[in-house]
Amino acid sequence: MTFKLPDLPYAKDALEPHMSKETFDYHHGKHHASYVSKLNDAVKDTPMAEWDLERVIHHADKEGKQGLFNNAAKHWNHCFQWQCFSPEGGGKPDGSLGRQIEADFGSFDTFARKFTEAATGQFGSGWAWLAIEAGKLKVTNTGNADTPIVHGQHPLLTLDVWEHAYYIDHRNARPKYVETFLDKLVNWEFAAENFANQGEGNQTGARAYDDAQEAFVRKRAAAS
Amino acid sequence: MAFQLPELPYALHALEPHMSRRTLALHHGKHHKGYIDKLNGLVEGTSYADRELHEIVQETCGQSDLGAVFNNAAQAWNHAFFWLSMTPRGGGGPEGELALRLERDFGDVDAFAGQFKEAALGQFGAGWAWLVIDAGRLRITTTSNADTPVAHGLQPLLTIDVWEHAYYLDHQNERGAYVDTWLANLVNWEFAAANFEDAGEGNWKANRYREVREAFAESGLGEQDRA
Repeated sequence: MTFKLPDLPYAKDALEPHMSKETFDYHHGKHHASYVSKLNDAVKDTPMAEWDLERVIHHADKEGKQGLFNNAAKHWNHCFQWQCFSPEGGGKPDGSLGRQIEADFGSFDTFARKFTEAATGQFGSGWAWLAIEAGKLKVTNTGNADTPIVHGQHPLLTLDVWEHAYYIDHRNARPKYVETFLDKLVNWEFAAENFANQGEGNQTGARAYDDAQEAFVRKRAAAS
Repeated sequence: MAFQLPELPYALHALEPHMSRRTLALHHGKHHKGYIDKLNGLVEGTSYADRELHEIVQETCGQSDLGAVFNNAAQAWNHAFFWLSMTPRGGGGPEGELALRLERDFGDVDAFAGQFKEAALGQFGAGWAWLVIDAGRLRITTTSNADTPVAHGLQPLLTIDVWEHAYYLDHQNERGAYVDTWLANLVNWEFAAANFEDAGEGNWKANRYREVREAFAESGLGEQDRA
């Protein structure tokens, strides 16, 4: 088995005008595809070709195999990210996640402000995250390919703040991109599913990708 | 005195078709300006406000509580150096002493270009590729994010910005095409040679930038591109 570029869980133009088809042409079709291709080159003819993606990530992290880690983690992060967007996104979470956000951040607006600060404050390339660590929600950011799953955190949401994620649509205006994500694109249903799974020993958030991806595609098929 | 955004040493359209006007307009007018503005905001009312840019870079390097000052100061310096590393009549190879040294340390210009491209492509995430002098030898190196050879006592001769904002409008994800275009058409070997001749004089200082820009303006070389 080799690693595969997953389909997007929506059409490439489904997020317009907030995120353009052209952005997806490059971000999914070129950047993400390239990480998958380089990852497959790296694991070819090794036992890792049969491993789960998260096992490769943890192995590369522990062994200090930076090139392998970069491509494996970027594959994981991008898979996770596509699900963090929805054509019906934006708004606020309700239910238990909504209550947990109020409990851990004080209010949704405080969460939104902290997430924005994390996203705009990540100097250079990286990611902003909402994650669970030791039962508590936290906003964090990571540089380059780094990912919460190697830091004992369970991610609920992410936003890619590499420039390639927003340069076509927003140029240098990263704050505008973050604002658009929170207002129009963020998929709180996906975050709530991840939150609901937190007690299942799914600490790495790894299995969640395949499950959530399948569930998402099933849901989309059922709705259409 | 607040730090100022330096003028480009050529017109915004002067590097077309190899680097577009809109890339330079955003890169210089938004990104570089953003670093300068943020730096001024950070150092206002502090002892750094009256220091030379390179001194701030060197003194704040590695100090975690001054990371934002370092990032903005270093990016301000790196971009000023980058504009001079390009010219409308760029490409080819160096002449004179620098050419001899390049042959000694890399074999030939093509070998240098191959290694330089490999380094630029291998810089994962945002950063810079550099030709520097290190203990008397030419060497290619890369730095991540805002990091700069200036902070490490190395003498830079040339740099290419490999932050995605440097090439995304013109080349999208194709960093390799950007580096190829830069080496073939834009790289300013005259600037590298001027830096090379001054090696040992500590000319990695910020005033190097001003001197070269003034010399460039006096030469009239940029005038036809401005017209």
